[in-house]
Amino acid sequence: MKPVFTRTTGLTDKPFHYCPGCTHGIIHRLIAEVMVEMGILDTTIGVSPVGCTYNNYEYFACDMVQAAHGRAPAVGTAIKRVHPDNMVFTYQGDGDLAAIGAAEIVHAAARGEKISTFFVNNAVYGMTSGQMAPTTLVGQVTTTSPFGRRPEFEGYPINVSEMIATLRGAVYVERVAVNDFAHISKAKKAIRKAFRVQQEGLGFSMVEILSTCPTNWGKDPVASLRWMEDAMFKQYPLGVYRGQELEV
Amino acid sequence: MSNRVLMKGNEVIAEAAVRAGCRHYFGYPITPQTEVMHYMAKRMPEVGGTMLQAESEVAAINMVYGASAAGARVMTTSSSPGISLKQEGFSYIAGAELPAVVVNVVRSGPGLGGILPAQGDYFQATKGGGHGDYRNIVLAPASIQELYELTVEAFNLADRYRMLALVLGDGALGQMMEPVAFRETEPIERVEKPWALTGRKGRAEHNTVQSIYIEADVMEAFNAKLQAKYADVTARETRVETVDCEGAEVILTAFGLTSRICRNVMHLAAKEGIKVGLVRPITLWPFPSQTYADIAAQPSVKAFLDIELNCGQMVEDVRLAVNGAKPVHFHGRTGGNLPTQQEILELVRQLAGRSAT
Repeated sequence: MKPVFTRTTGLTDKPFHYCPGCTHGIIHRLIAEVMVEMGILDTTIGVSPVGCTYNNYEYFACDMVQAAHGRAPAVGTAIKRVHPDNMVFTYQGDGDLAAIGAAEIVHAAARGEKISTFFVNNAVYGMTSGQMAPTTLVGQVTTTSPFGRRPEFEGYPINVSEMIATLRGAVYVERVAVNDFAHISKAKKAIRKAFRVQQEGLGFSMVEILSTCPTNWGKDPVASLRWMEDAMFKQYPLGVYRGQELEV
Repeated sequence: MSNRVLMKGNEVIAEAAVRAGCRHYFGYPITPQTEVMHYMAKRMPEVGGTMLQAESEVAAINMVYGASAAGARVMTTSSSPGISLKQEGFSYIAGAELPAVVVNVVRSGPGLGGILPAQGDYFQATKGGGHGDYRNIVLAPASIQELYELTVEAFNLADRYRMLALVLGDGALGQMMEPVAFRETEPIERVEKPWALTGRKGRAEHNTVQSIYIEADVMEAFNAKLQAKYADVTARETRVETVDCEGAEVILTAFGLTSRICRNVMHLAAKEGIKVGLVRPITLWPFPSQTYADIAAQPSVKAFLDIELNCGQMVEDVRLAVNGAKPVHFHGRTGGNLPTQQEILELVRQLAGRSAT
């Protein structure tokens, strides 16, 4: 029997702990597959965040370090400065990257650090049970915005890709989604491009990946995918925000 | 003695680190230690190293965390308010068992405080500051020469025990100039770091560096491992200088530059026929408790007098060590003020029963 589908060697055998319908698992697999296909699994060092994916250092088969909340870009910066010939990526959620770690991501991008950030945006704090995130949509109900996010009280969501794309050091910024096969394919291409940009030493690269959180959204997995398409796509248009012309 | 030069303390910290093999430095400007960064900015490129100005003290300590996880000898320096911001990072470094060197050129506080020298960060340095059950090795130099030697030694200790070594100076030590004699070659101990993140490069298993232990028994076992390490450090690395304690009536005790004022008081007291000893802890953690206990047991000793540039911090450890065997008195100044020899001498006279001159 010839296997038609196997695990990727970019991931360890440790089973994921993610909730049913959560798309972190898909994103992990895409990053892992790209590392294997590019032949960089042996030279890549990843940085895990704080949040639902705090322990993805157990899942990715490359060398991994777990960072304090929001500090992954600072940790990744230093690793890359120590090992400039290695590949370095950070994996961060929206609370980690856009709230407590806003300074670190902005300055790593501004310095043009030759690292790649995979920014998973599900519009909510997942691990701590569904609080409002910097990316929570206007009107979205969370455990800390129980009346829906009110701009006059809680302010507006942050469009991180658009913001980071204003920085010269950020040479490739794209927002993708993992809601269906076509988008998952595009997401994988973006992840590959981010690593390629780093490999070529061009500067900072970031892929923002729209993701679901059925548990904290209070929706079943299919309804969650629909909500991502109907609500999140409007606030967070998909596309390349920087580096469209780069061919790597 | 070769290479004897007159140098500013902050520059000596930087040069010592370079000589110790440190090739990665991450900092953020804050008075009175910023000259470390100025020196590193020029010196690191000469040796193929990296001086990176971080966006904050928080980022700088997390860069230290990353560089150390990657296997590098790495340092950051700051002053009191900046060190407060780094405390979260200290805790993570302890939790991940990473070697790192940090220098605190202490200014006066609390709050933004003042930029003049102080020793008000003793509690923060020795009792944690960050969360959880952890310790840092804390070294307290009393001269520029010792600042150089202890900064080099901090790198060896950090690597040997996979923990953070903190050099606790003060604004005066950072800003003043003294002759320093650099060694021809530094006593650098290189240890293997098989745990470091280098990329797998054919390794069978991936390396991971983290400080999270979700399961109760795993967390408890890790804490037990840390405590065993700290006991080992206490047994092997406790350092203290004692001067003329044999037969002394009054024991002065102080750390860092304050000890040098006390040395002058000893000479003045001797002229009046009062025999005064000095205990100067060089490691503030591990604290040289046994030395205090042994000296307190001497019949000649009437009292201890602890002198600090704070409102009474190390004195708590002195009292624990002396354990009621003899009275322990305290005299402190703050805000950048220093105690005069005369004000200490008057207290010594009283404790020796020779007041009312």
